[in-house]
Amino acid sequence: MSGRGMSAAAQREARASLAQSFLARFEGLKARLPGDARAREAAALAFGERGLPGPRDEAWKYTNLRALAGMAFHEPFTVVAGCNGLLDRLPAIAAPRLVFVDGRLRQDLSRLPGTMRVSGFAQTPDFGTLVHPEREPLAALNTMLAQDGAMISVAEGVDAGTLVLASLAADVHGRPVAFHPRHRVRLARGARLTLIEISLGEGVYLHNPVSEVLVGQGAVLTHVRLQDEAPGAFHLATLYADIAARGTYDGFALNIGARIARTEIHARLGGENAVAHLNGAQLLGGTQHADFTSVVSHEAPSCTSRQTIKNVLSGKSRGVFQGRIEVARGAQKTDGYQMNQALLLSADAEIDSKPELEIYADDVKCSHGATVGALDADQIFYLRSRGVPEPEARALLVRAFLAEALDPIADETARTCLDEAVERWWERQAA
Amino acid sequence: MLEIKGLKADVDGTEILKGIDLAVPTGEVHAVMGPNGSGKSTLAYVLAGRDDYAVTGGSATFDGVDLLSLEPEARAAAGLFLAFQYPVELPGVGNANFLRTALNATRRARGEPELDAVQFLKLARAETRRLSVPDDMLKRNVNVGFSGGEKKRNEVLQMAILRPKLAILDETDSGLDIDALKIVAHGVNTLRGPDFSALVITHYQRLLDHIIPDRVHVLAGGRIVRSGGPELAHELEAHGYASVAAEAA
Ligand SMILES: Nc1ncnc2c1ncn2[C@@H]1O[C@H](COP(=O)(O)OP(=O)(O)O)[C@@H](O)[C@H]1O
Ligand SMILES: [Mg+2]
Repeated sequence: MSGRGMSAAAQREARASLAQSFLARFEGLKARLPGDARAREAAALAFGERGLPGPRDEAWKYTNLRALAGMAFHEPFTVVAGCNGLLDRLPAIAAPRLVFVDGRLRQDLSRLPGTMRVSGFAQTPDFGTLVHPEREPLAALNTMLAQDGAMISVAEGVDAGTLVLASLAADVHGRPVAFHPRHRVRLARGARLTLIEISLGEGVYLHNPVSEVLVGQGAVLTHVRLQDEAPGAFHLATLYADIAARGTYDGFALNIGARIARTEIHARLGGENAVAHLNGAQLLGGTQHADFTSVVSHEAPSCTSRQTIKNVLSGKSRGVFQGRIEVARGAQKTDGYQMNQALLLSADAEIDSKPELEIYADDVKCSHGATVGALDADQIFYLRSRGVPEPEARALLVRAFLAEALDPIADETARTCLDEAVERWWERQAA
Repeated sequence: MLEIKGLKADVDGTEILKGIDLAVPTGEVHAVMGPNGSGKSTLAYVLAGRDDYAVTGGSATFDGVDLLSLEPEARAAAGLFLAFQYPVELPGVGNANFLRTALNATRRARGEPELDAVQFLKLARAETRRLSVPDDMLKRNVNVGFSGGEKKRNEVLQMAILRPKLAILDETDSGLDIDALKIVAHGVNTLRGPDFSALVITHYQRLLDHIIPDRVHVLAGGRIVRSGGPELAHELEAHGYASVAAEAA
């Protein structure tokens, strides 16, 4: 059932029924699940009360999970065999990597780094301190059912280089599966890391990762995410980041895959002169839906947050941007900037944009804006008059639109990987 | 040879070109002069293939090829180049990348091998030097933040790199100081030769002191009302369009 024609009551029922099946799974599994059982029980309680988010949840106003609610998800089998060529689809990056298949760390496919400590959540479970299962239902679902994940930690002053974190969905049995990996990335004082996270797969599945990121004083985490999930996939990722004084979280998320995707970020600037970049791009086609939701809390003076989100929407796709900047009373000299831009390549594509500022300090510089438009006919004609065929002219202008968001990505490996993904997306649209 | 016969075109149901007859033999440079709003840019755009104009009659051929049936990019591949009166800004597109994309697209369409980045830069640097265009113009985004004069010079740079067989320059001289004007003239004059023709649209006779035209045409009210030798430009400068148009009427 497509779900689009469902009545509100039927939708509510479908959500409740899927939530019930997750709760039942938890009851069945809980004796064997790793880590703090009390945290899991509390999360299950919260999830039981809230259920899956529906249209009445303010934070989910623009993203309706009815298509997800119509699904029956199975527990992934522990895969030991190959991965349907998915490994070959990973960009060739000469760096250590952690490979997860259906949410499980596969040591045999991974290349462990020597510059940092890494382990699987299954072996060293740690729910951390930043995640709010009582606030975010999907974080509750994750906390309840997480079985594995990447626990990464870089010691003081160490430049750990690049690490690839790959999540592959293997579609082993041809039926929908759900996995809820729990990641934690901790950079001690002055540490540095470039983390390239790539999600791809085949079939129908729910990938519901929750990540906790701790950036220590003066540490720098470059976090580039490429979400290229299967066309039938649901990708609902929630990230909590805490950035200490003079630390930088430099995030970029490119969403090109999945049927429904949500990139949710809660970033807290907790020490003076901390910096958060929460940039991203969403390239969608067909009936894809992608939601970029962020909350940046400026809790210390002189912090900077920057956010530019670019949406390129074709077909009947829909992009959502919700961004809130919160400035606490003492957070003077806050510098916050937020921009959401959408390029609509078809008349049926749509963008919803909800920027919010909540400011309790008086000496701050905060701005936000949003633009929506189509490709410019004069620009297309100018290029064509120079001999550039129309499809190439359009591609060039789309890339130009994305350039502002992509150009600040200084890491060449990450940039190449994103550029190639943009090309792939463009080719898919042309096909 | 460019041959325009009885060309008529509408914008939003208003007839702007009311039957243009004009022929530019290969190897010649012709000037088109005329008052504001007479349809000069419309003629240029219609020849280049902009689609907000509806051609309602007549024909335009270039070396026997029906221009009006071709897509704009195919016209460029056939050797047509329009220097825009108002060049378009392309934020996010580097000028060098733009020029190389254009050159390679044209070369591809003509079955010629494409140039790699190194080959292209060598060629582009030679042209920027020849036209006294600062090299940094290649690094900037296309026309973004360019002064009026820089935009016009960038049009001439594109022309020099793309080496068209037929160039249409739409008021490329307006807003230029005398030095910039000489650069534009130099750009056209170096392309001049037995295989090159140009239609130089201008408001002022001044440019025609530097690009001596073979013929001068006066466009008024959507028609060519007079044609003559280079001396016609001087006559227009002295007496204005009104008397010339009236005389023709
Ligand atoms: N895109 C357009 N939409 C509406 N009117 C136009 C458009 N282009 C040209 N015109 C009209 O056509 C007439 C001729 O314009 P144009 O060709 O630009 O003249 P010129 O270049 O000789 O100054 C003018 O009256 C102008 O207002
Ligand atoms: Mg004009």
